[in-house]
Amino acid sequence: MTTPLRIGFIPLVDASALIIAVDKGFAAAEGLDVTLVREVSWSNVRDKLNIGMFDAAHLLAPVAIASSLGLGHIKVPIVAPFNLGLNGNAITVSPALHAAIMSEIDGDALDPMATALALARVVAKRRKSGADPLTFGMTFPFSTHNYQLRFWMAAGGVDPDEDVRLVVLPPPYMVDSLANGQVDAFCVGAPWNSIAVDLGVGHILHFSSDILVRAAEKVLAVRQSWSEKNSEVLAALTRAAAKAADFIEHPENRAEAAHILARPQRIGVDAEVIQRTLDGRLKVSPDGALRESSRYLLVGREGAGRPDPAQAAWLYAQMVRWGQTEMRPDALRTAMGVFRPELYDTAMGRPDASSDSSGGIGAFVGPAFNPDDIAGHLAAFKIGRWKP
Amino acid sequence: MSAESSPKIVIVDESPIRAAILEEGLREAGYTGVVHISEMQSLLARIYALDPDVILIDLENPSRDVLEQMFQVSRAVRRPIAMFVDQSDAASIQASVEAGVSAYIVDGLKKERIKPILDLCISRFNAFAKLQDELDRTKSALEERKVIDRAKGILMKVKGLTEEEAYVLMRSTAMREKKKIGEIAQSILTASELLK
Repeated sequence: MTTPLRIGFIPLVDASALIIAVDKGFAAAEGLDVTLVREVSWSNVRDKLNIGMFDAAHLLAPVAIASSLGLGHIKVPIVAPFNLGLNGNAITVSPALHAAIMSEIDGDALDPMATALALARVVAKRRKSGADPLTFGMTFPFSTHNYQLRFWMAAGGVDPDEDVRLVVLPPPYMVDSLANGQVDAFCVGAPWNSIAVDLGVGHILHFSSDILVRAAEKVLAVRQSWSEKNSEVLAALTRAAAKAADFIEHPENRAEAAHILARPQRIGVDAEVIQRTLDGRLKVSPDGALRESSRYLLVGREGAGRPDPAQAAWLYAQMVRWGQTEMRPDALRTAMGVFRPELYDTAMGRPDASSDSSGGIGAFVGPAFNPDDIAGHLAAFKIGRWKP
Repeated sequence: MSAESSPKIVIVDESPIRAAILEEGLREAGYTGVVHISEMQSLLARIYALDPDVILIDLENPSRDVLEQMFQVSRAVRRPIAMFVDQSDAASIQASVEAGVSAYIVDGLKKERIKPILDLCISRFNAFAKLQDELDRTKSALEERKVIDRAKGILMKVKGLTEEEAYVLMRSTAMREKKKIGEIAQSILTASELLK
């Protein structure tokens, strides 16, 4: 007997494990009959998951946490048995802002501290000359993109709430908004950075892995109540996603995977662009300059699929730092409880796996992250909305 | 504040017909301050310029995420919205998401004043969906009618049948093969194309 499931996703390359699980038959082999529903906004994905129109979803990791805490919306506890991707975002800037940063930079352009300090000088000059503040696009208030942009610019002394404008833009509108000057830069996932570069309207300034070596990006999310009633179905879905992630990570399968993902009802962009993303080989400048990084996007490899509660704690700490919520020990526990490594281990038949295999965050600045002392950690950062 | 008389309502919808249906319904119900935005560029700035009490947006619109930003306080957002934060709102959310619409309420508007707006909005969205569905069905019924007529013509010509006989033949074949008459007609058209 097969189990019918409706699963929502946003057309982004980090939905790959979910899409391949369905289109390559890994889900069917686990006895699941999955209907993938392509959505246009994270709010829709969140709401449809929360009210039960979806059984599961490709979801921004911070949205899963915000929903569990009841931030910005009704409180619906969510659990994530699988991490669909680590990293995978990039910061893309307009040619004009790129030139301005490069003329101010003192050091290596790949060093986020050097670019953040250069950005601070650009911002100061603009203020002095009476120019409008720079505008940065990101995808959602509770998004890794928001936190990565803020983390980066604040390190250079730019206050993201006072010195620049941060605005939410749907990913498909990012490139146009950069081209027509509505935004000066954005942080978004694949394929949108590459598309801006291909069209000659943007330079990729940083991969998000320059800022954080290891950052949970999207998760496979289900309602906690659903997970309790459907534990075997959830384990089957987790295995299907893990097998699909393995498939995608084998270089000889990449062309086939990219071809499947490129179809219009899935991600709907050129297979070649998707493959570049999966290979971590991106064109970063309109002149054709390439940059390769084995850390650009991790789908399954280096233990990426196993949810790490320390990652959830880091995201919660960002919500606190930027005033989206206050610091509360019970809220921290709830946030960490969204990421469920033991559900992953049970699904994969490894119930005795070590529970403390955190790979760390690896931020380019500040002390190593310690989930047990978030207040102490945040005290190390000067700019923020959080008051101890 | 104008909200005491009639709250100012902004409809964000790229479908002009649906927006008109909703706008008309709201006006009939006595809500006079209704503005429709169909252009998504600089959406937040336009909303702030209008300074509405309620914002209604269709769920097919990617710009819904832009509105979520209004929950935050930042340089871009000085007057945050607050809504649907207690569990009793779950039923409203369910009904509106199923109808394909979402409502954002700017802080300060009383809950009992929101409910009739939301209910009206949900019923108009459902009415629009039903209309759309009927239109689609009428269209496909018309298409099917055309296919059946063409298949009838082919049978009349090839087998020398009357119109009535051609129709009876298709209908009995459909019953025997447990198919719809439209499907049989389509197979006749396909076969006749192949045999040309």
